[in-house]
Amino acid sequence: MDIVKLTLTKVPGLFLEAENITPDHFAGKNAQQIGELHVHLGNQTAKISDYFSVEGKGGATAADTRIIVSGPTDKVKYIGMKMTAGEIEIQGNTDMYTAAWMAGGKIHVKGNVDSFCAIGMTGGEFIVDGNAKNYLGASYRGDWRGMQGGKIIVKGNAGSDTATFMNGGTIDIGGNVDVHLGTHAEGGKIIVRGDAKGRVGGQMVKGDIFVLGQVERMMPTYIYKGEEEAELDGKKQLFKVWIGDMGERHGKRKGEIIYGKIYIPSDGAEGIAAATHVEKKKKLTEKQLDKVKEVFKDQEPTVQQVRTYIFDSFDVDMKPMQVSRLIEGLKR
Amino acid sequence: MTKTITDVICPFCGTLCDDLIVTTDDEGKKIVDVENACAIGAEKFISASNHQHRKTRPRKLQEDGSFKEITYDEAVEYTAQMLVNAKKPSMYGWSSTSCEAQSVGHEIAELCGALVDNTAAVCHGTTLVAVQNVGIPSCTLGEVKNRADRIIFWGCNPAHAHPRHMSRYSIFPRGYFTGKGQKQRKIIVVDPRPTDTAGIADVHLQVEQGYDYELLQALRAAVRGQEISGDIVAGVPKEKVYEAAEMLKSGRFGVIFFGMGVTQSLGKDHNIDAAIMLTSDLNNYTKFSIIAMRGHYNVTGSGQVLGWQFGFPYSVDLSRGFARYNPGETGTIEVLKRKEIDAMFVLGSDPGAHFPMQCVKEISRLPSVAVDPHITPTTEICKVHVPVAFVGVEVGGNCYRMDNVPIEARKVVEPPEGMMTDTEFLKAVLKRVKELRAD
Ligand code: SF4
Repeated sequence: MDIVKLTLTKVPGLFLEAENITPDHFAGKNAQQIGELHVHLGNQTAKISDYFSVEGKGGATAADTRIIVSGPTDKVKYIGMKMTAGEIEIQGNTDMYTAAWMAGGKIHVKGNVDSFCAIGMTGGEFIVDGNAKNYLGASYRGDWRGMQGGKIIVKGNAGSDTATFMNGGTIDIGGNVDVHLGTHAEGGKIIVRGDAKGRVGGQMVKGDIFVLGQVERMMPTYIYKGEEEAELDGKKQLFKVWIGDMGERHGKRKGEIIYGKIYIPSDGAEGIAAATHVEKKKKLTEKQLDKVKEVFKDQEPTVQQVRTYIFDSFDVDMKPMQVSRLIEGLKR
Repeated sequence: MTKTITDVICPFCGTLCDDLIVTTDDEGKKIVDVENACAIGAEKFISASNHQHRKTRPRKLQEDGSFKEITYDEAVEYTAQMLVNAKKPSMYGWSSTSCEAQSVGHEIAELCGALVDNTAAVCHGTTLVAVQNVGIPSCTLGEVKNRADRIIFWGCNPAHAHPRHMSRYSIFPRGYFTGKGQKQRKIIVVDPRPTDTAGIADVHLQVEQGYDYELLQALRAAVRGQEISGDIVAGVPKEKVYEAAEMLKSGRFGVIFFGMGVTQSLGKDHNIDAAIMLTSDLNNYTKFSIIAMRGHYNVTGSGQVLGWQFGFPYSVDLSRGFARYNPGETGTIEVLKRKEIDAMFVLGSDPGAHFPMQCVKEISRLPSVAVDPHITPTTEICKVHVPVAFVGVEVGGNCYRMDNVPIEARKVVEPPEGMMTDTEFLKAVLKRVKELRAD
């Protein structure tokens, strides 16, 4: 396997669109040819070599090509878009549409990714060590096909609208997810190892959602069906199962109506009520406050930014009013 | 002698009333009376014809924060240079102007590789996202007046925002099949607050703030005769949900009107998605339609013109030479917040008053032009302010009502001496942009 090393040497003024950074485009090219490929910044067209230093060369085919991207790539969009084979390793953060419409191969992001990553994915593996923002594995606007195959693993948290219109594949989230998980889903499997914020499986036709933490507020259109054994991580376990969405259309198999299912572990010790209705911690400790102060020093953050930050890092869900008072306090 | 002009269109809200009677002085310069309009509509005509508080020439922001008057030619030059030199300019607004002006603006955007966005971005854009996902069974307001006997107002308050909506179309009028007017109609209002609209409703479902999605899905389940878990759904007792579902199913023709209370609260497009699906479910039992309560008089037209020219109704990104659309990425608030653009052109909207502070600051940092008949928070922070004639008062043009019916707005008085209309200004900019591009 041949390796291409891209290092971002010039941070773009605006955002860079780099859909050409894929093994498919790099295969069979040497460093100079790769540097000639286009990147876009607004209405301007530039070359990869204008922003990146390129070392090594692409393999004979996409499958033989491994790309390592390093440097402050926070403002680079579309890396690995529509890739079919090979590997990409990104050492920092990336922006939107990373792994969008990915069909095969592997992308490993060591930092965080922004919204719309792995939308419409049909195959391959997408691994994020940090957090992902909104619309992970969802569909593009107006498309009824979200993620259809492959595997997404996010070790941190994911944002809202994760897996909208999903109809295949697996999403595994290590942390928490925000509202609207698996909306309109017609298949596939979602595992959330932390808590889910609410509206889990809204308008879901079919599919499985496992929430190993808690669901803050279950949809009223999900009905508790009792305990059932299911396999997770190769182990058979007992889960409490809710079926729904009762407001949505559902297909039939062998005369039986097929619903979407939400699984919550039975051995969580808490009862159903506790599992579905959680009062979150609402206050920050002194130490956490100092941390917030430090992170947003010399900035004028919005309420939403601070709130998301607090939710992501300390798992405290504050009311917007509280946050705005907190910001006022920090200013003084 | 005064002159009376009948069948005048009110260029204020999305109801686009077309029965106003305006009286002007005999030179056709000053408006002395407006009949039939509601208070806000009448005020727009009266204040437009009072020229004292209006600027009649473009102004440029100086280093010290004061404004200096410049000519229209200089303003055209600044605007054209700004748009041509930018790598990713944004052209925002378009809701308070005519379709003709919008069309010229879009041609400029295409030449300059700009983003084009209208005020749907902070209003009914989420509706458009939902419509794209699940379609929309809709009708015109005329049908509502003549047929509807079940009316839902969800998250909107027409008593204050669209004052003549209820009397012209939705609650009081006696139509062809609705001869008894209000007596024949059942009104449901869904709102966390007891608004004035809720005051005249037969049923007020006081939904818990931010849980419209849950209630909508529960209604859908109830319409299907399915089970709902829990005794209270989003702040509403379960029996009331089943009752409301029965009431909707028992009508002959129903319509859901919805506003900012659902489009911009938690869930956004998902709320509308569920509301549209509820409408379509109800069509299994009776006839049902759904209509968005659009705010600006021609925001619907902006969506129509963008849709006709580029295929997408708002947040269109033309920077790569072809149209892309993804609210959440290409929306004006997002690009300002993320610092993705390097020039800002505003026409027929006031982001300075409506956008988050962070975005407003970004506008004031960028090279920027605001085209607006009034002095607004936006014109005060933009580098150049170009005042223009009022569409629908001083110049005619095509507009779309909230139910997508095009109505031609009329000119009733002359604009102040030597003032340009927005179409004229945009045409001049387009000409200059073409010249600069040719070099
Ligand atoms: S309801 Fe709207 S369109 Fe009608 S007169 Fe009032 S402001 Fe004008």
